[in-house]
Amino acid sequence: MRYEAPETVERATALLAESAGEARVLAGGTDLLVQMRADVVEPALIVDIKRIAETRAITEDRGGWRIGAAVTGAELKEHPRLQQVWPGVVEAANLIGSTQVQGRATLGGNLCNGSPAADSVPALIAAGAVATLAGPQGRRELPVEDVMLGPRRLALGKGEIVVSFRLPPRPPRSSDAYLRFIPRTEMDIAVVGVGVSLTVDASGTITDARVSLGAVAPRVLLVREAAAAIVGSRLDRPAQDRLEAAARAACAPIDDKRGTVEFRIQVAGVLARRAALIALDRARTS
Amino acid sequence: MAETQSNGHGYVGTRTIRPDGVDKVTGRARFGADFNLPGQLIGRVLRSPHPHARIVAIDTSKAEALPGVKAVITRDDFADQPSEFIPAGEMMMNYKDVVRNVMAREKALYEGHAVAAVAATSAAIAKRALKLIDVTYEVLPHVIDVVEAMRPDAPVLHDDLFTAGVEPKPDKPSNIAKRVEIVLGDIEAGFAKADVVVEREFKTAPVHQGYIEPHAALATVSEDGSAELWCCTQGHFIVRAHCARLLGLDIARIRVTASEIGGGFGGKTVVYLEPLALALSRKAKRPVKMVMSREEVFKASGPTSGATVRVKMGATRDGKFVAGFAELKYQAGAFQGSPVQPGVMCAYAPYDMENVKVIGYDVVSNRPKVAAYRAPGAPISEFAVESVVDEIAKKLGLDPIELRMMNAAREGTKAAYGPKFGPIGLEETLNSIKKTEHWNTPLRKWQGRGVASGFWFNIGGETCVSLTVNEDGTVSLMAGTPDIGGLRASLAMIAADELSVEYDKVRPIIGDTGSLGFNFLTGGSRSAFSGSMAVVEAAKQIKADCCARACKLWDLKPEQVAWERDRVRPIGDVADKAKPMSIADFAKVAGKTGGPIVGYGRLNAQGAGPSLGTHLVDLEVDPETGRVTILRYTVAQDAGRAIHPAYVEGQFQGGAVQGIGWALNEEYVYGADGKLQNAGFLDYRMPVASDVPMIDAILVEVANPKHPYGVRGVGETPIVPPLGAIANAMENATGIRFTELPMSPPKVLKALKEQGVTAK
Amino acid sequence: MAKHHVEATVNGDAVEFLCETEETLLDVLRDTLHLTGSKEGCASGDCGACSVTLDGRLVCSCLVLGCEVGGRRIETIEGLAEGEALHPLQKKFLEHAALQCGICTPGFLVASRALLERNSNPTDTEIRYWLAGNLCRCTGYDKIVSAVKDAAATLRKG
Ligand SMILES: Cc1cc2nc3c(=O)[nH]c(=O)nc-3n(C[C@H](O)[C@H](O)[C@H](O)COP(=O)(O)OP(=O)(O)OC[C@H]3O[C@@H](n4cnc5c(N)ncnc54)[C@H](O)[C@@H]3O)c2cc1C
Ligand code: FES
Ligand code: FES
Repeated sequence: MRYEAPETVERATALLAESAGEARVLAGGTDLLVQMRADVVEPALIVDIKRIAETRAITEDRGGWRIGAAVTGAELKEHPRLQQVWPGVVEAANLIGSTQVQGRATLGGNLCNGSPAADSVPALIAAGAVATLAGPQGRRELPVEDVMLGPRRLALGKGEIVVSFRLPPRPPRSSDAYLRFIPRTEMDIAVVGVGVSLTVDASGTITDARVSLGAVAPRVLLVREAAAAIVGSRLDRPAQDRLEAAARAACAPIDDKRGTVEFRIQVAGVLARRAALIALDRARTS
Repeated sequence: MAETQSNGHGYVGTRTIRPDGVDKVTGRARFGADFNLPGQLIGRVLRSPHPHARIVAIDTSKAEALPGVKAVITRDDFADQPSEFIPAGEMMMNYKDVVRNVMAREKALYEGHAVAAVAATSAAIAKRALKLIDVTYEVLPHVIDVVEAMRPDAPVLHDDLFTAGVEPKPDKPSNIAKRVEIVLGDIEAGFAKADVVVEREFKTAPVHQGYIEPHAALATVSEDGSAELWCCTQGHFIVRAHCARLLGLDIARIRVTASEIGGGFGGKTVVYLEPLALALSRKAKRPVKMVMSREEVFKASGPTSGATVRVKMGATRDGKFVAGFAELKYQAGAFQGSPVQPGVMCAYAPYDMENVKVIGYDVVSNRPKVAAYRAPGAPISEFAVESVVDEIAKKLGLDPIELRMMNAAREGTKAAYGPKFGPIGLEETLNSIKKTEHWNTPLRKWQGRGVASGFWFNIGGETCVSLTVNEDGTVSLMAGTPDIGGLRASLAMIAADELSVEYDKVRPIIGDTGSLGFNFLTGGSRSAFSGSMAVVEAAKQIKADCCARACKLWDLKPEQVAWERDRVRPIGDVADKAKPMSIADFAKVAGKTGGPIVGYGRLNAQGAGPSLGTHLVDLEVDPETGRVTILRYTVAQDAGRAIHPAYVEGQFQGGAVQGIGWALNEEYVYGADGKLQNAGFLDYRMPVASDVPMIDAILVEVANPKHPYGVRGVGETPIVPPLGAIANAMENATGIRFTELPMSPPKVLKALKEQGVTAK
Repeated sequence: MAKHHVEATVNGDAVEFLCETEETLLDVLRDTLHLTGSKEGCASGDCGACSVTLDGRLVCSCLVLGCEVGGRRIETIEGLAEGEALHPLQKKFLEHAALQCGICTPGFLVASRALLERNSNPTDTEIRYWLAGNLCRCTGYDKIVSAVKDAAATLRKG
């Protein structure tokens, strides 16, 4: 098994593209190493992207933010400004694993592991994040909701990697929130995850919203109907009910060791409402 | 010699620093996987992917041909064993089954069952070699659930298993290994007197002991058949016995050293890797080290039973329990030997009842053979009974503590399982719970409070301890039961008090099997209880010896010399004749007065008093998600006498939290394919630090008259009450009686919905 | 392919070692450098028994490859005591009986030190969440939380 730690995106993508055997990107390794240990993957080449400066930076970008794909959860949390603008994204990333896992786990890895239960993905989708991809053919941009196609299936071509995520500029009175359901308080994979991002006007009416659901379908969903259910409202009880119903209607979950279909659908509605209320509260006071 | 009496520094009852502590906070302590030998090979096990399959053939030739592979073993490397039952902890085992559990013979009986093992020069080569072993399986239908396994048409695991304990003897084999029963009084007459009768069926999931240290063994066998073994076990003498038997070696030729042990809770009372490592080493002529992965721990080492339990209890209008019936069906895993017997015996043990009948079934199915888990069997049956007791309290409008108090077993009560109790502390624990601020604090909506009591027998058993007074007056203490949670501290405290030396001057170690006589394992909450009895015995010998030496030195008669308070003194009218001598004084003159000063305490300890406890829990239910949060928790338990109060509290707290896990989230999840789906800590959900509150511990001390210090075992009882206490609190919070464990969110939410209990 | 040659700093000492790509930092620490204080409870990031710090950041050494740590600074349980004196956390764990079997203890100590370096006065809740990736099956966590709080108080007094 070969290990490379290139310092440029170009070198990384070239290595990946040229590899004859299975090649894997290594970011924090919190998924990859577990899968290697369990013999789920046996790559011939590992390309560690953490030495590429671009994947490790958090920068302001045209009024929004650019977050390197290999930035860890702990680094996001420690960033002095990000937390205020995108509390939902930061809290979602911070729900990934333990303190120890936080020290390693990255946004890029969370997305590219291809799990519908990934915690940061619904938050990124709700935030309207766009991924910057780089590959042998050059760079392109793809909304996060279009990166994952299904469990372990991504829209990335051979040799293509996620370099960074761009979070759009924030209008005034905007905020976001992420909630997940797990049976314990920590160290569990989401049974349901909900990200909500919204903007309110001076009167407190929601003018724009995005709602995303995780762990209730083969991929993380952007649920436009759920957003539509609350835009124009002040999230009063009827709007909450509409939101719950729309969120539930979007679910297409499975029964597994982590939860039943019935449970997931029920809780998706509950968490959508709760996350929206938190986001609303934050937006009003932001 | 005049009567000896002890009155040392009074360490017993204080919170000393444990002697093995510094090594454990610096990383120096050596646990099972921390031993290495020059030239060692790495051993790995090939495990069955099928829950039930006949092993038609095993071809190891390709693996053996792989460079770096030094030995491959299969069923052919172990002689078959006759059927013979032997005690293992609080349970029984049979060598015929043991040899099959460590290495499958005719059939693989669960996913993860060992089928072959290799030893190679590196882990990577060993892993590759496993893939080269060709096993031809004939896959058979499997059965996982206990009730399904009992059906007449269920796939049968063992053609030679005929239900024991039923008349006439069945003519067909089945998965029901045995039926057991205890009867006290006349159950029908009892129910006839009852004003209320509550009957319920309960179901519990199998749960794993969850020790953080995986099984590990390092073995070396020389050409003459002498063997050394280092392993993490609760009983190295037991490991020695099993390995000698399975490998056909003389006991005296096997020396087993127990490493520091990273948790066991009953799960390390049996052998898995040890005989394999020895057999591989014997074949390869090199040391072999084997360590299980976490997945192997879950799939191949013992959880405890899942069970189905039916309880029917009757009480009079004023709350007297007049009849108790229960039927317990316990999973044994692939081989017989579930803890159903202790489950049967404990079910009604906390209560003074005239009419009791409990029936138990030991049932095999295609899952790993169960091993002991802290008070094996008791949490399951007592959970069911404590739930029904709570329901009776509610029906009668009685306070649940009062109801328990009214029926509590006490000194002189005849237990349904046989004995008359000596002094026991259930009432005291109920009283102390009742007096807590916790019991008297108001609750909010969706919060609930529950109480439950629990009983465990405790055991004594064969124990051997040596005490050696060194030249400088320090004392070396050697015990033969692995120290899982502070045993060395407790024994050193007793020795210091007995011999009146400073605690720091006593250095306790756990000796290997060559250094002491046979010691039964650490289990049944016996180690501190019987170990301290043996220390007292050894110290007594030393004191008597010192008195004899003083007679010679002072030229006095035996009756003129005695150990008083802290040293040997001339007494009576010769009291001024000589200067009293401490242990350290004798150490200086040991050579001149007869040589080394050594005491050897050996006994088969009897009189382990049962320990009873009562737990109190507050929790909150999220009515929209079914999630349960434990808000507050108090344990009161009778410790007899707490030698080291902090470690006793630790036992209470640790047991309570294991019980919380059992009640709320832990379970083995099997797919329709009979394979375990959650063989890792991420999905086998043991409580993490943020899941639980502080656990208040109240030490109740009702001295055990059979022990010189009044000690009782304390380690197991704490896992008994939590299941019932939490179920009772759930009822209090939601009005719903939960009868199935774990009470995980999907189940709770479903029940809330079905019963129309909603947030809005 | 040939093994990787790696140079790093472990507990202040320069070390060099050879490792295969698939060997984790935990494998290297335990099997190659013979620092067996870091424990393997799961090898999948779930138990925290293998906790170390990497350039001051708390991580599971079972989820780091040995070949990744070139030029980096690693601190393990073996480096916690300062010379002859135990670290206040070590002392408080002993005084509070915060260990029973002790297999989880190295991980808890390393993780707790990382906490106290960032937060000199953590609440119970902060301690519990920070340590949620460290499993202990023996103690029920009660005495661990008390020990960490008490050590924090000692450290604050200087
Ligand atoms: C104990 C534990 C708890 C966990 N808890 C959670 C949890 O609560 N919630 C959750 O969502 N996840 C959880 N995880 C999973 C994991 O930590 C996250 O998915 C994490 O974000 C993965 O990031 P990483 O950098 O470690 O990924 P890696 O393991 O490095 O990579 C994951 C996958 O993505 C690929 N990849 C990584 N980066 C890129 C890139 N930039 N471009 C292209 N491909 C890439 C890799 O090749 C690999 O296939 C947990 C894991 C563990 C071990
Ligand atoms: S061994 Fe690394 S987290 Fe368990
Ligand atoms: S002390 Fe045993 S696991 Fe923590």
